Amino acid sequence: MSEPTEPVAPKDFSARSRSRADAVAAPIAGLRRSRPAAVAARREAGLRWLLRGATYGMLAVIGWILLDIFGKGLPVITWQFLTDLPRASGAAGGILPAIAGTCCLVAGAFALALPLGVASAIYLNEYAAPGRFVAWTRLAISTLAGLPPIVFGLFGLGLFVLFLQFGASLLSGCLTLACMMLPTIIVGSEEALRSVPAFLRHGSLALGATPWQTIRYNVLPYALPHMVAGALLGVARAAGETAPILFTAAAFYIPRLPQSILEQVMSLPYHLFALTTQYPEAARIRSMQYGTAVVLLTLVLGLSLVGIVLRNHFRKKLRW
Amino acid sequence: MARLFHSDRSVRYGLLFATSTSLLIVALIFLFLGKEALPFLANPGLTQLLGTRWIPVSFDAGSFGIVPLFTGTLLVTSLSLVLTVPLGIGAAVYIAELAAPWERRILRPLMELLTAIPTVVIGFFGLVVLGPWIKYLCALPSGMNALTASLLLAVMAFPTVVSVSEEAIRGVPAAWKRPSLALGATPLQTTWRVTVPAAAPGILAAVSLGAGRVVGETMVVLMVTGNAAQLTLWPLKSVRTMTATIALEMGEVALGSHHYRALFCIGVLLLGVTFGLNLVAQRALSRQTQSH
Repeated sequence: MSEPTEPVAPKDFSARSRSRADAVAAPIAGLRRSRPAAVAARREAGLRWLLRGATYGMLAVIGWILLDIFGKGLPVITWQFLTDLPRASGAAGGILPAIAGTCCLVAGAFALALPLGVASAIYLNEYAAPGRFVAWTRLAISTLAGLPPIVFGLFGLGLFVLFLQFGASLLSGCLTLACMMLPTIIVGSEEALRSVPAFLRHGSLALGATPWQTIRYNVLPYALPHMVAGALLGVARAAGETAPILFTAAAFYIPRLPQSILEQVMSLPYHLFALTTQYPEAARIRSMQYGTAVVLLTLVLGLSLVGIVLRNHFRKKLRW
Repeated sequence: MARLFHSDRSVRYGLLFATSTSLLIVALIFLFLGKEALPFLANPGLTQLLGTRWIPVSFDAGSFGIVPLFTGTLLVTSLSLVLTVPLGIGAAVYIAELAAPWERRILRPLMELLTAIPTVVIGFFGLVVLGPWIKYLCALPSGMNALTASLLLAVMAFPTVVSVSEEAIRGVPAAWKRPSLALGATPLQTTWRVTVPAAAPGILAAVSLGAGRVVGETMVVLMVTGNAAQLTLWPLKSVRTMTATIALEMGEVALGSHHYRALFCIGVLLLGVTFGLNLVAQRALSRQTQSH
């Protein structure tokens, strides 16, 4: 464990051990001794509760949001809701095309971004010597990670939709989302590579294998599952984003399954947005909105949970 | 042997090529946003952008002043940061220093998980639940205003701020804390006067990453600010942010028109702001790792 253990282990300084601590601290100048010890101890306990309150208070707010969505949305979920085509502009029927659209978008983006991300991580972690190229690349990766989704949307519109003339389509959406998930995949893959110990590489190199043979047979097999687990986090994030696909892929209402990569698709986040804000009598179809929100949340949080659990599992398992 | 050597070299070049895609994408983003935005500066001119009225569609010449949009973003961002930064740092201190080990094992992955909540869901909650509450509590005609959006954005940015600053606080070596404890400082005094100051660059990075997320967030503000482009700093009024303007209007705009170019100008401004915030964060993070 890399956890720095507390050298002194004062679980509770508030009551019994207080007098001892004060006796020790009393002669030392610089620490605030002006207040009576009891007041100071009470202040400390208060501060501790304040910090605990900040943590759990905000978590409670987030919990309230999730409970509201699941509480009102779960009763809507039926087999029919999940597998039926929408009717009446989405006011009735199911949300199958939106689920399928999101899955296609995310799977396509993942298929594009995973090889690129893994290759980048291998180069950065195994081959590249520190220098200007690496520094610029790292800056580019962190820039990509920090750009607003809507900027990716504008970029996708400018490059893929208009300049390359893919139009608003599944293809443009996949490419845009792939750009967005790339940094997460690179960072996760680098972590995976770093967790493979150096002696595995040294042993292979010492036996005369080339660097690539070493990576191919002695590093990648151990790192790959860890990489995919990390990449799932990027996939989950992309599945929930609306802004990047707003002008590049999302359609308001196409009541059938996606059929070509050159046509627009429905998607869960945009469907939720459209049902809530674009639909004339939005307040009358709350159940459809809550149902869509539950499916979206389940998909995104599920993917992300699987990613986190698997990654932490690999982090722990691979202690050599 | 030679063949092996050559294959190794070609793999190396292949990987190098793949790695440069990140650089390429960033360059293309700057290029394409700039390409669509720059003609606006030549024809209607920069002064048009600095006006205080955003009326892009009108019978005579539209006016493209982005000042109200900028103040809208500024108002919503600063309000939500005022909320989320102290709470986030407090929570990070709690998780890194005060929480029981079992608590920590749950809270850390939980925070990471919660960063993934789709913002459109948070916006939906704001529209359906929080908005009406605010409307009722403040006796307003509508609950769609800057305050509602800020509260939701604070909730959205919270897990990010916590995760990054918690990592910074955790990274402070025990060798820095022990002397303080040995001098008789209580754990909390040590946390407050030794650990947190030592983690300050990492916390700064957390704040700027959180700010970047809030500035760039689109769906929440689009759904709950009310989207009235007015110049105001009063939180109970409806505002319109830069991101929401792009999202609202890009769908219906005529390609190549002044309006279209103005929207790309907003995009360039957003790109600049978030790029700057990210630079601050990276600078701070590298200082943090160097100092330990």
